[in-house]
Amino acid sequence: MNTPNELKYAASHEWLAADGTVGISDFAQDQLGDVVYVELPEVGREVKAGETVAVVESVKTASDIYAPATGTITAVNGELSGTPELVNSGPYEGGWLFRMDVTKEGDLMDAGAYASANN
Amino acid sequence: MVPFGGWDMPVQYAGVKAEHDAVRSRAGVFDVSHMGEFRVTGEGALAFLQSVTTNDVSKLRPGRAHYNWLPGVAGGLVDDIYVYMVREGEYLLVVNASNVAKDWAHLQAHAAGFDVQLSDESDRWSLLAVQGPLAENLLQPHVSVNLAEKKKNAFFPARLFGFDVMLARTGYTGEDGFEVFVDASEAETVWDKLLAIGITPAGLGARDTLRLEAGLPLYGHEFSDTIHPLSSSYTWVVKDKAHVGREHIDLAPPHRLIGLRLERVPVREGYPVKVGGQVVGHVTSGTSSPTLGHPIALALVDAAHAGADVFEVEVRGKDHSATRMELPFYKR
Repeated sequence: MNTPNELKYAASHEWLAADGTVGISDFAQDQLGDVVYVELPEVGREVKAGETVAVVESVKTASDIYAPATGTITAVNGELSGTPELVNSGPYEGGWLFRMDVTKEGDLMDAGAYASANN
Repeated sequence: MVPFGGWDMPVQYAGVKAEHDAVRSRAGVFDVSHMGEFRVTGEGALAFLQSVTTNDVSKLRPGRAHYNWLPGVAGGLVDDIYVYMVREGEYLLVVNASNVAKDWAHLQAHAAGFDVQLSDESDRWSLLAVQGPLAENLLQPHVSVNLAEKKKNAFFPARLFGFDVMLARTGYTGEDGFEVFVDASEAETVWDKLLAIGITPAGLGARDTLRLEAGLPLYGHEFSDTIHPLSSSYTWVVKDKAHVGREHIDLAPPHRLIGLRLERVPVREGYPVKVGGQVVGHVTSGTSSPTLGHPIALALVDAAHAGADVFEVEVRGKDHSATRMELPFYKR
């Protein structure tokens, strides 16, 4: 499992980068299996940490994605509408979900704590 | 692994899509040992089976099998099953894992008055389903009989990798293939040997996407104790004879099972299906079709609206257009 040190992680498997980019962890994409559809939030939406903001659907199931922080959605990854499998192939790169202007982070873990929680 | 019918079942090995594609293009093997097996023997075996099923068991010959239903006493199905005829007065029933206890009680309750013995052999047998266009070619070098002579629904003893098994040219994927009834103590060895000759292990996830593409109903989704079974198009399973629950089968079904295609968003069991904004039914099974490249679903809708060509499916509060598709979605 790849767990980059520079990111913070929610217990619900979202990662948050310093610039406000959000995605799901390598562990989460592996558990979900083949991602076939991603539903992303509207740009400009104000969200609270822990609120459902997106849905990632694999062949088998739909999984809610929760905001790792309170703030405003500033961008979404439009590439995912045509190639949702980017979430599988590059969960920390091309498979990012959205960016947000963070006003307050939720309850997040560092990479070491997240990795040991999911071993 | 997920719990299912009292078993721990693998959802996937390498990934649902890869396993699905392997079955469509080459061959895969499913461990479906969770299915139940009942043996029905005795002078009255045929008369008993005729009374508790809808299909005509008298049409079977030794070494032949068919799909059949166990109708309930209050409408709906107790289960949908496969009946394998071993010899005169001896049949093997394969039933759904989640229904083993219920089916057993139902059959016991209706066996009175028939010269018949029932035995639950579910623990004795493991069942491995080898499915896909290369199933015959890959198995043939390791089987003691000429598989090319065995047509669909054939059921016969054979030696496979030196083990005594029963083989059936049956399956649940829309592909050609064989189901292997093997003694439970030998199943792991046979499984390993199947993988060693190039057959891909496939899990419950691929089994579901394959059967959905093939438009095949699944008990607990498209069939239940309360869903009128003739909501589906399987009217041929009901033959002109007296049987348990006949009076319910003869009533017109209030719903119809239809196939839907969506463009982007996958839909799941329970999602509302609408016509012109009015709810007329619900999705019973849905997935993103790996072969077709778009979402597909089965849905039960009011008979009065079943003729529509365009529906909407509500997904997380938003309606998405769905077009009706003929079943099966995929045909080999």
